[in-house]
Amino acid sequence: MSLLKSDFDWKPLALVPVLALVALPLTGSLSTWLTLTVAGLAMGMIIFIIASGLTLIFGLMDVLNFGHGVFIALGAFVASSVLGLMGDWTGSGELWRNLLAVFPAMLVAMLVAGALGLAFERFIVRPVYGQHLKQILITMGGMIIGEELIKVIWGPAQIPLPLPEALRGSVFVADAAIGKYRLLAVAVGLVVFGLLAWTLGRTKIGLLIRAGVQDREMVESLGYRIGRLFVGVFVVGSALAGLGGVMWGLFQQNLVPQMGAQVNVLIFIVIIIGGLGSTGGALLGALLVGLMNNYVGFLVPTLTQFASIFLMVAVLLWRPQGVYPVANR
Amino acid sequence: MNQEPLLTLEGVHTHIGAYHILHGVDLAVPRGQLTMLLGRNGAGKTTTLRTIMGLWHASQGRVRLGTHDITAARTPQIAELGVAYVPENMGIFADLTVKENMLLAARSARTADQLDDVRLQWIFRLFPAVQKFWNHPAGKLSGGQKQMLAVSRAIVEPRELLIIDEPSKGLAPAIINNMIDAFAELKGQGVTILLVEQNIHFAERLGDTVAVMDNGRVVHSGSMAAFSADAQLQQSLLGLAL
Repeated sequence: MSLLKSDFDWKPLALVPVLALVALPLTGSLSTWLTLTVAGLAMGMIIFIIASGLTLIFGLMDVLNFGHGVFIALGAFVASSVLGLMGDWTGSGELWRNLLAVFPAMLVAMLVAGALGLAFERFIVRPVYGQHLKQILITMGGMIIGEELIKVIWGPAQIPLPLPEALRGSVFVADAAIGKYRLLAVAVGLVVFGLLAWTLGRTKIGLLIRAGVQDREMVESLGYRIGRLFVGVFVVGSALAGLGGVMWGLFQQNLVPQMGAQVNVLIFIVIIIGGLGSTGGALLGALLVGLMNNYVGFLVPTLTQFASIFLMVAVLLWRPQGVYPVANR
Repeated sequence: MNQEPLLTLEGVHTHIGAYHILHGVDLAVPRGQLTMLLGRNGAGKTTTLRTIMGLWHASQGRVRLGTHDITAARTPQIAELGVAYVPENMGIFADLTVKENMLLAARSARTADQLDDVRLQWIFRLFPAVQKFWNHPAGKLSGGQKQMLAVSRAIVEPRELLIIDEPSKGLAPAIINNMIDAFAELKGQGVTILLVEQNIHFAERLGDTVAVMDNGRVVHSGSMAAFSADAQLQQSLLGLAL
């Protein structure tokens, strides 16, 4: 029996290039295909940023947090306020000045979303650990309250979140228009994935999280207080949702208080495709959903909403536990 | 040898949901000895171990470890007091490598380089498979190799008490002999061990003291040698003779 680490299951990774290659002849031209592919990857990276925290919360804590969307919306609205205060920087045509506005906005959004996550875990989630039905009800209730509080602070109407000046428009590669902001989204997504992969794969805290996803009881039996780890993961997951909210808001360029609930469906599809508790699976699922949405949105716009669900059903027929399941539930 | 028990259970009752599983367990585990906990299926052995570890809490009675009352203590606190637990399912983290499993069990080490090398070499000598598959995913190991890893993990750092649930279950005779040698060496080093076992020959070769459970109670306790010599007692308590 071979026991090499190279026993890694590579087949699911082939889904991304297969999907892209299937779309190539359908889109009509190479430049259109390239534009859609980069847009799909960017959308996928943003969804991954949001979903990465939720899959760990789901996998490690066995918590069905339907309130994750509130952190997305909060992050986006907080960023809109921060960017609103930095009009001179966002209006500049210089990229570095734009980035010096966007990155602090992301940081503040993450801090606020993380702080709300701390309170959410303490007062809403903790009393219902191990009770799935109550988790669904109370976290959805928490999200509704969060949305109403956002309306109280920022108002119920849609508000614009324009891209900073230098991030608007496209660069052209072989006649294909590649949105500048989409390139930034891909870069931020890669950085987040890199940091998560390093933390989970190279640090003891990451080792504890990966072990906790598999067998919480055994981690406790080894002498680790997993409750503290739960809180830490919940806060980080909420902060990442806040960051994803900023990215998603800038991607859509307008915000509504219900935006979190709208994105929630996509996120749950992504973590189900990826397999509970798997950040690598979440990245793969997010890229597939992003690409599928863009290709189908271009080819058959009326089926865009259905495309992600079709994808999930197809993957689950092939791998009922998702492509890289970690948690055994 | 200090004959003061390291672990004592006094009148322990445990409920799991609506079920009353332990009905007043009295058990003393002498320091530095290997105590065998025997009994038929469903007698309450695993529940007793889980109650000691705080994975289920006693609804009545008292559990003491040395001078500490651990009846209501949480599992991590009990582990921090020096108790290592190997559950019946071994508790291996299948997606982690053998090295990562060992590192996780060594609370004082942040990286594999910080593992106690002398102790690690000793473990490699006891269980060569742990060294052989050091960088391989633990989930790919055979049942016997997983059991070796589970025990290695429990002894990667010095512990006061090892609690092990059915280490010989499903293992080939050659691997069982290897386990027996390893436990004998651990015992020789003065480690206190509480071991649940169905394999009576395993129990006979290793045990210093024995406690037999039936219907959620300890119905017999004493020396293993005396128990081995009394075929009638074995027949009445376990339905077999050694």
